[in-house]
Amino acid sequence: MAEVTSEKIPVTVLTGYLGAGKTTLLNRILSENHGKKYAVIVNEFGEIGIDNDLVIGADEEVFEMNNGCICCTVRGDLVRILGGLMKRKGKFDAIIVETTGLADPAPVAQTFFVDEDVQTHARLDAVVTVADAKWLADRLKDAPEAKNQIAFADVIVLNKTDLVSKAELAEVEARIRGINPYAKLHRTERCQVALADVLERGAFDLDRILDLEPDFLEADDHDHDHDHHHHGHGHDHDHDHGHGLKHYHDEEMQSLALQTDKPLDPTRFMPWLQNLVATEGQKILRSKGILAFHGDEDRYVFQGVHMMLEGDHQRKWKEGEPRESRLIFIGRELPEVAIREGFERCIVS
Amino acid sequence: MTDFDPTATSPTIASVTDRVRPVNIGMAVTAAHFLSDRAVFVGSEENVAFVDPQGEITKVAVHDGGILCAASDGERIVMGGDDGKVVAINGKGEVTLLATDAKRRWIDSVAVHPDGAFAWSAGKAAFVKSGKGEEKSLEVPSTVGGLAFAPKGLRLAVSHYNGVTLWFPNMAGTPEFLAWAGSHLAVTFSPDNKFLVTAMHEAALHGWRLADNRHMRMTGYPGRVKSMSWSVGGKALATSGADTVILWPFATKDGPMGKQPAMLAPLQARVTTVACHPKNDILAAGYADGTILMVRMEDGAEILVRRNGTPPVAALAWNAKGTLLAFADEEGDGGVLEF
Repeated sequence: MAEVTSEKIPVTVLTGYLGAGKTTLLNRILSENHGKKYAVIVNEFGEIGIDNDLVIGADEEVFEMNNGCICCTVRGDLVRILGGLMKRKGKFDAIIVETTGLADPAPVAQTFFVDEDVQTHARLDAVVTVADAKWLADRLKDAPEAKNQIAFADVIVLNKTDLVSKAELAEVEARIRGINPYAKLHRTERCQVALADVLERGAFDLDRILDLEPDFLEADDHDHDHDHHHHGHGHDHDHDHGHGLKHYHDEEMQSLALQTDKPLDPTRFMPWLQNLVATEGQKILRSKGILAFHGDEDRYVFQGVHMMLEGDHQRKWKEGEPRESRLIFIGRELPEVAIREGFERCIVS
Repeated sequence: MTDFDPTATSPTIASVTDRVRPVNIGMAVTAAHFLSDRAVFVGSEENVAFVDPQGEITKVAVHDGGILCAASDGERIVMGGDDGKVVAINGKGEVTLLATDAKRRWIDSVAVHPDGAFAWSAGKAAFVKSGKGEEKSLEVPSTVGGLAFAPKGLRLAVSHYNGVTLWFPNMAGTPEFLAWAGSHLAVTFSPDNKFLVTAMHEAALHGWRLADNRHMRMTGYPGRVKSMSWSVGGKALATSGADTVILWPFATKDGPMGKQPAMLAPLQARVTTVACHPKNDILAAGYADGTILMVRMEDGAEILVRRNGTPPVAALAWNAKGTLLAFADEEGDGGVLEF
């Protein structure tokens, strides 16, 4: 079967809690003069203000796969709709899937991991989560769905920033970072975000898992608040990420980063990773890694959603490039000590 | 076990490729049917293409958008589209609008009954219009995966998540429900009305013996089954989904229960389409690499109809007499073979 990535239609998943502004972002994408045509799969018909004959209403039908894996759920309706859309290949450039405000993004992502037909024609581009700057902090307390959507995101559009003070904004950003420090975060009013920041991200492309640094340690591509609230307290660096963000630790949902500059033993690491996702996969929402194996001249990259993993040799390590292994896990009540100890045992000593 | 000698030339198989009349349909194709002796190719969107015996192609517009499903009784082809319409076309090329979904939902599946009734589905609703013209509908618990009329009486099988609903549209009372966990897509009755088989979302078939609703699990496929075809008299069910044609035995009252299927015509490519001959125990099989073989069910003897090296075969059809075979790949490179 042809596996040419470039011919596969990119699919962007748009999530966000009720009222965060998903439809606003969708309407922006569709109305902007970008010369591209999008097929849009929506859960509620009639909310889209743009006339587009490729808007398809979907009932979110989450099916369990009959393979004994309880968290292996897929969106049956998505398989059907993507199959139907492929009959109109050439009539659109990309697909956007809007989920309901209460949806878990995992079944959508898993559909792309397990369904052969979907994989043949389409590729998951990124999970984009729209969050309400005013209400997100409250929703993180009372709505597990909202927390899932933040944890799962590759891109977070923090919307309605005009409705909050700078301090409130810093607070909500810190709450987001406490859950998911890796997603690209964009502050917006009325979802005014550059489309290049939400579309064609390649977040699930193994070849583009380039670095796994937290977003706020990278070169700033958005206007961070430089009004450090603890100015003059230069000694207080233990909870300072360089931009005056307070550090929050979410009690339930966290990320975990592992790193070593010593090579990993593939005969120990692979069984450990597979066993980890098999036993803790319900808790692990996303995983990614760049790995340096002992005696292997190639970088190995992997990514996963719950219990599903995919990985491949990516390219040769470059001359002078530090042969480091880095892994990140985002999940609920991650058994951090056990994961760290298990990982340590995979290092060639 | 015989020795494998990689230097030996592979046995040459009989070929009829030189007898095929090539047809360049000029559009992506998803299905083929015969109306009288004219091959009709259903496009993936908007049009169907009639091919007359001289090889001339006539395109007829049927849908304003993608054509999602098609079924034929030999007199007409009934199709459903993403324009929310159910449309029929007859052998003269006359198009009739049969129904329009009130909410302009996609028409995901259609079925035709020999007496002129037809059925379609949109979302969770299945609809039947019988010859007398009255429309009836039935809501099932999840999106309809497939529809099939029973060979006798006006009875419709509606497949969906976790089972199949058997509905007599002209009778009051609760429809019968055949439960089996999982998502059921295409559904088909055996021609003798004794068995019901579904192709599942997983790479498996599920069957029921209708006399006692006993289950038949038909598993082991590497890929999802998208094409099923009953042999003449319903003695066997040929299916796609593996790199051989999988032929399940249905000649006895137990069907395939406790039996292994026959595995015919193995190639290094997945079977995508199967079509059994209407009179004899032979079948045509199309593969993902473009190959088409004719296969004798009794001993698996093969005849090459089309060589490999093209997109997957998307459509195969015999005419009612079994004297013509029409085929096309996904991109519309097709042919008609006369016997």
